[in-house]
Amino acid sequence: MTTTREPTLPTEFGRARKRKEDARLITGRTRWTDNLVLPGMLHLAVLRSPAAHATIASIDTDAARRAPGVIAVFTGRDFADEQGSLPCAWPITEDMVAPQVPALAVERVNFVGEAVAVVVARSAAEAVDALESIRVDYQGLPVVLDMEEALADGADLVHPELGTNRNALWVFDSAEVGSGGDVAAAIRDAEVVVRRRFRQQRLIPAFMEPRSVVVDPTGEQFTMWSATQVPHILRLMVAMTLGIAEQKVRVIAPDVGGGFGGKLQVTPEEIITFLAARRLGKPVKWTESRSESLVAAHHGRDQIQDITIAARRDGTVTGLSVELLADMGAYLRLVSPGIPILGAFMFNSIYKIPAYRFACTNVFTTKTPTDAYRGAGRPEATFAIERIMDELAVELGIEPLELRERNWISHEEFPYTTVATLTYDSGNYEAATARAKELFDYQGLRAEQRRRREAGDPVQLGIGISTYTEMCGLAPSRVLGALRYGAGGWEHASIRMLPTGKVEVVTGSSPHGQGHITAWSQIVADQLGVDFEDVEVLHGDTQSSPKGMDTYGSRSLAVGGTAVVKAAEKVVEKARTIAAHLLECSEADLDYARGRFTIKGTDKGITVSDISLAVFAAHDLPAGVEPSLDSEATFDPENFSFPHGTHLCATEVDTETGRVSIRSYVGVDDVGHVVNPLIVDGQVHGGLAQGIAQALYEEAVHDEGGTLVTATLADYLVPSAADLPHFTTDRTETPATTNPLGVKGVGEAGAIASTPAVVNAVLDAVRHLGVSDIEMPCSPQRVWRAVQSARGAIKSSSDQGGAR
Amino acid sequence: MIPAAFDYLAPTTVEEAVQAMSRAGADAKVLGGGQSLIPVLRLRLATPTTLVDLAGVGELRGVRQDGDAIVVGAMTTHHDVLTDPLVAEHAALLADATRTVADPQIRHRGTFGGALVHADPAGDLLAPAVALDAEMVIAGPAGRRTVPAAEFFVDLFTTAVGPDEVLVEVRIPKKTGWGTHYEKFNRVAQAWSIVAVAAAVWTENGSIAQARVALTNMGHTPVRAVAVEQALVGQQAGAETIRAAAEYAASSTSPMPDGSADADYRRHLARVLTGRAVAAAAGTDGART
Repeated sequence: MTTTREPTLPTEFGRARKRKEDARLITGRTRWTDNLVLPGMLHLAVLRSPAAHATIASIDTDAARRAPGVIAVFTGRDFADEQGSLPCAWPITEDMVAPQVPALAVERVNFVGEAVAVVVARSAAEAVDALESIRVDYQGLPVVLDMEEALADGADLVHPELGTNRNALWVFDSAEVGSGGDVAAAIRDAEVVVRRRFRQQRLIPAFMEPRSVVVDPTGEQFTMWSATQVPHILRLMVAMTLGIAEQKVRVIAPDVGGGFGGKLQVTPEEIITFLAARRLGKPVKWTESRSESLVAAHHGRDQIQDITIAARRDGTVTGLSVELLADMGAYLRLVSPGIPILGAFMFNSIYKIPAYRFACTNVFTTKTPTDAYRGAGRPEATFAIERIMDELAVELGIEPLELRERNWISHEEFPYTTVATLTYDSGNYEAATARAKELFDYQGLRAEQRRRREAGDPVQLGIGISTYTEMCGLAPSRVLGALRYGAGGWEHASIRMLPTGKVEVVTGSSPHGQGHITAWSQIVADQLGVDFEDVEVLHGDTQSSPKGMDTYGSRSLAVGGTAVVKAAEKVVEKARTIAAHLLECSEADLDYARGRFTIKGTDKGITVSDISLAVFAAHDLPAGVEPSLDSEATFDPENFSFPHGTHLCATEVDTETGRVSIRSYVGVDDVGHVVNPLIVDGQVHGGLAQGIAQALYEEAVHDEGGTLVTATLADYLVPSAADLPHFTTDRTETPATTNPLGVKGVGEAGAIASTPAVVNAVLDAVRHLGVSDIEMPCSPQRVWRAVQSARGAIKSSSDQGGAR
Repeated sequence: MIPAAFDYLAPTTVEEAVQAMSRAGADAKVLGGGQSLIPVLRLRLATPTTLVDLAGVGELRGVRQDGDAIVVGAMTTHHDVLTDPLVAEHAALLADATRTVADPQIRHRGTFGGALVHADPAGDLLAPAVALDAEMVIAGPAGRRTVPAAEFFVDLFTTAVGPDEVLVEVRIPKKTGWGTHYEKFNRVAQAWSIVAVAAAVWTENGSIAQARVALTNMGHTPVRAVAVEQALVGQQAGAETIRAAAEYAASSTSPMPDGSADADYRRHLARVLTGRAVAAAAGTDGART
């Protein structure tokens, strides 16, 4: 590894700095999109379909047009000629089928919550009031809710014009690729085969700040503020979707309050608000309610996973077969079809598996579209492999950690090319696991578990394991190209040296809560020898930050942070020439450390700050040298980053009620070198909360008519701090070898690692009672019924009185 | 979401409030702490033409003693109930249940009377009111009347309070020195109860002399578990006795199924939680709290 750090000097790198941005954010001095007020601004409200599948026979907007304060009412027909089709940037196969995606439905609605008409009024209240007087005549069509039924012959079709509900079939086969053996043969010849079907329930990202858009048309120029993770992608996609000259569109993502992949999107509402503002020639704002967010913003997960693992009796895994059904919902959004494919390379995880086959069928249903949600494909993969490793351990009678150890890649074997063709650059699974066991008191808890089992305690104890890795730092552009993704995976940064020696860093990786401003300041402070406080970070505005690939896939530090380092190195190189000139020596005679050039063997030197002022004056520069230290860099990674770790969870399961309580949770992660441990802890804690939420609490449920019944936060159970345990976190530090900082992504690791740890712990608590699976979320009722059913003791309640 | 338009009235006395309700007609709603009504308005599940805000009616706030009862004003916030020494001494069961209501922010806004009149079957204060034989004092155009808790809750979200009436205060007979416990079962801290059990017992020489048990969310209205009470009275306060009595908990209930729990599971929970609530109230629950 190349290190850019000077180990003998105190560095900002690794310091537990409190986040610069937080004082402002937590005291309400924020610039959320909804806080924007422009002169003459109008407000848009959206009428949404109450039907999951219906033809729009007619829409009567007369009364709404006459309602107080209403400026205009638009339906899909009004925009049909100009709204284009919302983009899908990831056509995963050549023969993928995809419907047209109207921002505003024209002839048919395909999920509950689809936008059908909009009102633009002088106030938001008047716009919402007027929605009530729009009359839509829906003629119902059959709903398509179940993926297997949707694929059956003669199934009702979501999009009849496609002739199928199958979006695509995507296959990876190690025998075909040449990276491994034939899975069918491995299963046929196996001493032990374990098959399981797991269900990844549908989840809702539930970011804290609702989505919001303001579009301001000023002549030919459009400025769009949006609560988005992807201002750069949004600008490009608005231009391409609507056929507008890209240079006429400026997109600004001001303060953005969380996304978790839910704002990695080009939304119907962004397009609709743009079209309304353009039509009316006035600024228009749309801000969603929480109810709209839950039903209309994209959902995540929703897979059925058929997993087959083949092994020898000694525990050696010999093959893994993965068959997925992935619910796209009614339409393809920005990267919908690719989400399960991001998991395709991760089912083999940290294990040396000689034969692997993955086949995913993407299916259309009449539900809200799915797309990225924290981890995007990788939590699903990690869950499946970590769950089935436990099942295999039970089948073989091998301790589950022991089984993992027999199969994982040992630390001497890196770099290691997996059966899924990825090359893991570094890792040390032994070290992370050893540390986790120590912090967890693994042996002590196993002993308590035995005692409780023997005593028949109504509250049983279970231990769950998740030894995970994941691929993040999206991504090497050539790999994305090979996967038919529509863009590259580089990131851009530029550095502007101000005459006073202060520094402006422009990043293309736009934060929505991650703490980029603090982390980038720490990196640049070390690189250029300036104070942490003297670095300003600019982002999220395509005018000041014209190039970027934005923030998702735990990419910001490994890719965007590297671009910042590269830009800083260019500043130093430019400064070196001028330093040599000013110090009247040759460049070869200069040493550089922490912002200061010194002539070798002397204490004579000059700082980058001093050079900045000299460059500003430009009175005395070497001939032919431009009067600027500013620089920019675009970094395209050569590989993903592969964080890993071992998470251990102890749950108490009350067999009388089915309630699951997390007794203790230890997560030891290896995210390489750490810029700011507080930020890393925060990312891990938040990720754990969301992963535990999938295991125990959250589930988007539809009724038989296709209506989302968990459409409020009273029904969709997002846990709070009160529901979560104390997290014991620690780290091992095996640096990544593929970027100069030695860092790996951490944004998704907690969410990826934790779900199987919790579910494995729940099952471990009741396994001896005969339970071998419980669907997520492991609600009290599901756990209790599983225990009852295993005991063969389901008997009708002694008193059957009352309504059901 | 944004509520539909409404008129807003802010009386300062009970009489003014009653007059305002009478004048406003059937589409008027009383605004208490707003913790249930405001979300309902924002979702446009209700579109009352007039809101009568009781926040300015000072006489509706506070807790006082009146002979053998304590009297809790309808607009007393959950926080004030929870921190009131009279409630702690004479109606500890009410404090036990109030402690489980939502979170501190909501407990500072939400009111005892508002929660009762809202009559959500999953609300946590209905069962204690029934268990404690509370009496509700209601003011209307014809003056004041008193309705016992057993008759106050009529149906889902429906009470004996008429369209032109206002709940003034709740009289709770003192249960000084009783053992009490509210056993709540929900999925996350901020979620409504799936089932909960309010229990109060008076023990003499290790024997249960009197028992009051009521169930939350086991029907359209709170259910007094009379069969459990009868099975407990006169028995030693032991684990076996309590468990046997708790088996009666689901009788005369008609729980409604939802996504978190079907009716059978709710009946099962009612039995388990009743056993736990009574054991905790009687102080025989050992380690379990």
